[in-house]
Amino acid sequence: MGNLFFKDENDRVDGVDKVTGKAKYFAEYQLPGLTYGVLVTSTITKGKITAIDSKAASGAPGVLGVLSHLNKPSVAGYEAEGGAKLKIFYTDQVLFNGQPIALVVADTFERATFAASLVKVTYEKGAFNTDFEKSIKDASVKKLQGAAPYVRGVENAYKTAEVQVEQTYVMPVETHNPMELHGIIADWRPNDQVTVYAKTQGVKATQNTIAGAFKIPAESVQVNSEFVGGGFGMALRTWPLEIATVMASKHLKKPVKLVITRDQMFTMVGNRPAAHQKIGLGATKDGKITGITHTAFGQSSTYENFTEGVVNMSKFMYSSENVNTNYYIVPLDMSVPIWMRGPGEATGAFALESAIDEMAHALDMDPLDFRIKNDPEKDPAQNRPFSSKYIKEAYKLGSAKIGWDKRKNKPRSIVEGSWNVGYGVSIGVFNAGRGRASVKGILKADGTLVLQSATSDIGPGTGTGMGLIASKLMNIPTDKITFELGDSSLPPAPSQGGSATLSTVGSAVNDVCVALKATIAELAANSNMDATSNFVDVLKKNNLPMIEKTIQSSQNNPDAKNYSMYSFSIHFVQVKVHQLTGVVKVSKIVSVGDSGKIVSPKTARSQMVGGAVGGIGMALTEEAILDNRYGRYVNNNFADYHVPVHADVPEVDVIFIDKPDPIVNPMGAKGMGEIAIIGFAGAVANAVFNATGKRIRSLPITPDKVLMG
Amino acid sequence: MINFQYLRTTVVKTALGLVSKDPKATFIAGGTNLVDLMKRGVTAPEKLIDINHLPLKQIELKNNILHIGALVSNSALAENAIVAAKFPLLMLALQSGASAQLRNVATVGGNMMQRTRCGYFYDTTMPCNKREPGTGCGAIGGYNRMHAIFGTSASCIAVHPSDMCVGLAALDAQVVIAGTKGERKINFVDFHRLAGTTPEKDNNLQKGELIVRLEIPVNNLNKHIHYLKVRDRSSYAFALVSVAAALEIKDGSITNVRLAMGGVAHKPWRLTTAEAFLKGKTATPANFEEAAKLAMKDAKGFGENDFKLKLAPNSIIEALTIAKSKA
Ligand SMILES: Cc1cc2nc3c(=O)[nH]c(=O)nc-3n(C[C@H](O)[C@H](O)[C@H](O)COP(=O)(O)OP(=O)(O)OC[C@H]3O[C@@H](n4cnc5c(N)ncnc54)[C@H](O)[C@@H]3O)c2cc1C
Ligand code: SF4
Repeated sequence: MGNLFFKDENDRVDGVDKVTGKAKYFAEYQLPGLTYGVLVTSTITKGKITAIDSKAASGAPGVLGVLSHLNKPSVAGYEAEGGAKLKIFYTDQVLFNGQPIALVVADTFERATFAASLVKVTYEKGAFNTDFEKSIKDASVKKLQGAAPYVRGVENAYKTAEVQVEQTYVMPVETHNPMELHGIIADWRPNDQVTVYAKTQGVKATQNTIAGAFKIPAESVQVNSEFVGGGFGMALRTWPLEIATVMASKHLKKPVKLVITRDQMFTMVGNRPAAHQKIGLGATKDGKITGITHTAFGQSSTYENFTEGVVNMSKFMYSSENVNTNYYIVPLDMSVPIWMRGPGEATGAFALESAIDEMAHALDMDPLDFRIKNDPEKDPAQNRPFSSKYIKEAYKLGSAKIGWDKRKNKPRSIVEGSWNVGYGVSIGVFNAGRGRASVKGILKADGTLVLQSATSDIGPGTGTGMGLIASKLMNIPTDKITFELGDSSLPPAPSQGGSATLSTVGSAVNDVCVALKATIAELAANSNMDATSNFVDVLKKNNLPMIEKTIQSSQNNPDAKNYSMYSFSIHFVQVKVHQLTGVVKVSKIVSVGDSGKIVSPKTARSQMVGGAVGGIGMALTEEAILDNRYGRYVNNNFADYHVPVHADVPEVDVIFIDKPDPIVNPMGAKGMGEIAIIGFAGAVANAVFNATGKRIRSLPITPDKVLMG
Repeated sequence: MINFQYLRTTVVKTALGLVSKDPKATFIAGGTNLVDLMKRGVTAPEKLIDINHLPLKQIELKNNILHIGALVSNSALAENAIVAAKFPLLMLALQSGASAQLRNVATVGGNMMQRTRCGYFYDTTMPCNKREPGTGCGAIGGYNRMHAIFGTSASCIAVHPSDMCVGLAALDAQVVIAGTKGERKINFVDFHRLAGTTPEKDNNLQKGELIVRLEIPVNNLNKHIHYLKVRDRSSYAFALVSVAAALEIKDGSITNVRLAMGGVAHKPWRLTTAEAFLKGKTATPANFEEAAKLAMKDAKGFGENDFKLKLAPNSIIEALTIAKSKA
């Protein structure tokens, strides 16, 4: 529909639906006879459930059932390999505090909530450990290798360099906490067909997981997820609570809706793991990097390992003959983490880019010059060229925009009243991935085009981007193109994650459009029409109401293996730091994206703005605080877990290089959801140093840390 | 379901009668705190007496005393012309509280009566002497970054979270309280309590009593004033520390001064020693520093909130400096 007054082909196709409430999110579906589930959660951190007294709950008004490991209906796939991670709900073991242990289903949400409060659980408490920072130092706490150690050249070469930096950077658990709460509606029917309304980043993944868990054919599971109120990675997998809901629906023979509470969002649907990283940097006196050592520890759970690419960037972002990385995970009695926007790299970039800034300072070099001096022409890890990389141009554009020339290398140089002003810069990078997807195109004689694919839109504007790709190729205005998604019966596509949707599904859209055009050309030729004839005329002439094509795109350009493909970002920030209170305000932001051709300018800009907002959160405010004596979060609500508010966010200047990548895909577009946040926190930390001379190596940079730093 | 009765009245006397007689009855005003506490299972009243329709919404100046009805909303009070002209300190304090949406429904009485935001108080699985006397204090030895540094006790180190109340404490307000036996008046600074051995009691209101209005005498503290709130984000966050500062300066010397802090004690914390020091002195940075130092005399940290021992005096200096600079 677009903007009501000023229509623009780049408008978000579902923007009006979203802001007028017409867009329907999973929890808004009203099924006949819908019932409501509420979860009972563990109040201990580790141990065994010795008894669950659900008598009072079962007898409470409106209650239809109380499900727990004691009366578990059979879930065939739980016994299978891979079923383990869904089984938490299914045994007497308590593995973390806030673990779902029973599901109460009633005819209303309120009644289910009340009944859940009546369930009395008795435990046998076990010893536990949730203390991440302490565990790093404690040799008796098991650490697992999270990735194979990497060595290029000499190990720990920084230790013999002329100038050395060796520092430790830490960050806490962050939670995704999109506005929309997690949950699912499951409707299991007597013929063993199940329909779910889900909050998911992958309808096919959800379909397969549910089918696998219950050992039914995938086609028997219909997953609907047209609109998603934010995911940031937390909806990239199916959680035990979703399987529990399907189980309840099957058992009770009724549709069941489960929407978890805000505090449950902290323990049931993953988090960005806490991280402890050590960076060693060595350089010559004239500023050539001679060694990079990056050792990282990430928080994980005892029942499932979670790893991410924390140390990847250190291998190729700067030219250094000697690089070695190590990555360990620390299994704790906490719920398992999951990818969160800029997974791994956002964590790693904070450490690496802080250390780079520290080295530039040690060398008395402008940090931008230092980066440019060590910018590799080729990917030094893979020894092959980058498919495209315009990072030097990005430096130039961004620094001009923020007024980098006003920055002084000496910290504390700019003072405005009670505030110190500082500038910081940092790089972000993320793999420009591309997978395979299928798209069906239906070209109609009424001049419209319908495209279908079982992909998702967690907010970036998938339909908008795909419509624009098709519009350019087919020469059809965007308001005549519909892109259908979020439905598992559509042609398959991978989950929306890793900034790969535009590249992956967009390539399939490209291919299907090319195929449709070829068919039109063929039809035109057969009916003696001009090759350039409008498809409407061609279809009409051939008496065809429509033509259809379904195409699975190839995974890659055959040449791709000869290139390293990455998207890059550079974030410039200006901060103001209060001399007496330590309050940090981000006062200017320029984020430059080097992510190939920008296919959808408005939604791309939104991605960068959202990344900056998330970056401010990571840098200054976000921290899920655990009391390690109890293993429980003490700020598990939106009043105390601080995401940035409007007043924390200045205008975000977004610049795109907007030059097509010749290798990655037919559009020349690389993904950009992740790079929007990756590196941002480092830029803020570096700016705080420039303003104050205080190097804060622990996120978030709250006033107390600045004051006491 | 935990059922409760909801009653509404337009008559103060009826409201008083309903609550004083019934141990499980309570008033509800804007509900922005009470409803949260009910949802989290911290409290479970059986009867809610909606007082929003009582005739307690006036803001009037009478004989040089500002009368503020207990049901005036935080935003109405902040936007009132008399308040803006004569009590800008109160206006600033109000505006830095919560968010615009909350201030629209939060009332003066409710703001005074709001409970602490201590995380242990809200989580019914954790120990908390304020919620359940005798269970211990989760914050001592735990997460206490937000907690008190003044007037703490071994049983509770929580802070009163209000901003408005810090302004009122500085302005020598009085609280008018109605009970079944009539009205009484107490000084605002004596309204809230220190935790002592009875942390379950936040203030000196007796069961069944109703705050009906505030009275603030007009003063000359409407120029050199500032409310400084230091917090983790720019809005919608409780104070790490806050300072209400008001000065009357004649020929460079301070003839009248009020200082109060939030985020540092179980009650809005009036800095009387620092005030006494500043009175008659010149408004210089050195004197502000000395005043801040004096104010901190009995402060004590609990680990994670040790930074407040530095942040608090710095904030006093900053608030005084800004107050002085206002023309
Ligand atoms: C997310 C969030 C952030 C917030 N941030 C801030 C902040 O930064 N600064 C700040 O100052 N406040 C903040 N607040 C608190 C807010 O100011 C209070 O919740 C509000 O002022 C309470 O007023 P109310 O009318 O809604 O009270 P209610 O919730 O209706 O009542 C609270 C209590 O007061 C009692 N009560 C109400 N009126 C009277 C009366 N006249 N006489 C006797 N008893 C009465 C009720 O019985 C109840 O026990 C925040 C609140 C939330 C939820
Ligand atoms: S500080 Fe007070 S409110 Fe907080 S846990 Fe201790 S007793 Fe409870």
